[in-house]
Amino acid sequence: MWYFIVPQIVFGEDALTRLAELSGKSAFIVTDKIISGLGLIDKVKEQLALAGMECQVFDEVEPDPCLQTVKKGSSLMERHRPDWVVAVGGGSVMDAAKAMRLEYERPDMKAEEINPFITGLGLGAKAKLVCVPTTSGTGSEATFAVVLTDTADQRKLSLINREILPDIAIVDPACAASMPPGITAETGMDALTHAVEGFTCTWKNDFSDGLCLKAIQLVFEYLPKVVKDGGDMAARERMHNAATIAGIGFGNSLAALAHAMGHSLGGVFHTPHGKAVGLFLPYTVEYLGDAREAQWAEIVRFLGMDLPGGKRASAVLATAIRGLAREINEPLSLRDLGIPQDKLAAAMPKLMDNVMADGTLIVSARIPNEEETVKLFNYAYEGKPIDF
Amino acid sequence: MAIVFGTQEWADAMKQAIAKSQPYKEAAKNWEGDMYIIVEPDASYKHKNIIYIDLWHGECREALAVKDEAAKNPKYRIFGPFTAMKAILDKRVDPVQSMMTGKIKVKGDMAQIMRMPRSAVALVNCMTEFETAFPE
Repeated sequence: MWYFIVPQIVFGEDALTRLAELSGKSAFIVTDKIISGLGLIDKVKEQLALAGMECQVFDEVEPDPCLQTVKKGSSLMERHRPDWVVAVGGGSVMDAAKAMRLEYERPDMKAEEINPFITGLGLGAKAKLVCVPTTSGTGSEATFAVVLTDTADQRKLSLINREILPDIAIVDPACAASMPPGITAETGMDALTHAVEGFTCTWKNDFSDGLCLKAIQLVFEYLPKVVKDGGDMAARERMHNAATIAGIGFGNSLAALAHAMGHSLGGVFHTPHGKAVGLFLPYTVEYLGDAREAQWAEIVRFLGMDLPGGKRASAVLATAIRGLAREINEPLSLRDLGIPQDKLAAAMPKLMDNVMADGTLIVSARIPNEEETVKLFNYAYEGKPIDF
Repeated sequence: MAIVFGTQEWADAMKQAIAKSQPYKEAAKNWEGDMYIIVEPDASYKHKNIIYIDLWHGECREALAVKDEAAKNPKYRIFGPFTAMKAILDKRVDPVQSMMTGKIKVKGDMAQIMRMPRSAVALVNCMTEFETAFPE
């Protein structure tokens, strides 16, 4: 038995106007300083005003939000008692908003206590959650996952519970229009990683497979276009859709090894999430190799790529992923990322521990032991294809 | 040959499987805590079986078949109806998915469990290293 759950998805041009149809008295907008300075929050407030709602804005979410930020936001929510929480931003903002909403509705719980085995949280009684993504990658608007940073322990917490799923996701390409090429590229690689891992992890299922394949296809076709020309709104819209589709796909299966390694790296070196997981993706495709050969072949076929006789599909796909990363100027190795080799070596025990503690690792079709994990990091540093 | 669940023989087999498992040793090197594995009766099974295992830094210090649940006071309890537990032992369902859908319940320090997800999977793999039978 398993579940397939999804928020109400409102997508396309002017999807933001869905906010004007909400029913309630007050909204608590969660965002960050960058979004706050771009004028998008004014548009959100305009729509909420049409719905007759008063708005309070919390714009202090930082990249890789920490537990203290969540606490600060939920305390403010408690003061303003909103009946809608509206997250406007990228993955950090949406994840922080999910955790804040939980603490607001369940003051007896802390965000770090979110776990998949709790049932009956009763969320939605005080406030419902709308997510408006402004990047095209995280998929957080469609998942029940939250990634927070425990600054004391230098580690990212991957927290999941079905009940923290947003109620509504507004996927309006105009909200992502101001993304610079670098952010477009790295968040796009995040979407690709979600889709590939959602399609190949051990929790893959018939309901999520098609979504993951479609998202992979959209990313390969439209990500280079939108990185090259951010004003190409047709490509922007398809990439924005791809991110949410990948979110629904992997949200109902799970992410795996590239995410475990990406979370680990991010916890220590503060590498942006999409950059980290996208960098590790081709290495993990090669590492999983035969354990998912049929699925790699299916992806390659779906992308319309040639699979020459005798060539392994994992190698073909890993090469294609590296080609895409190269085309959009994403790093291919940890060295490209600018991490000094001595610092990587010094951090290795922590990096390895973080991978071993990451929840996504358990659904990897091949789970590395400690020695292999160290080798994976070292190969990724050198930019060397995996051969073990 | 299948070993009957709930017997001391099953507990001993489990202890041996843990001792032989390198993946478990590695994954659970920081694990501290004993637990009950409880199979509860349901429509197709009338018995209640309890296995006690004391797990400490990748080792199993003690494994016992327990008749009275009050005999020990373990840090963790994993329990569920026979049908759900058997599906895990038969490798037909994923143990973590069973927990997430409420088929199997867990009581104890969830923060520690969430910090060591791989050890939970490795432990279940130990349970499926040998064939299990259930009493009639």
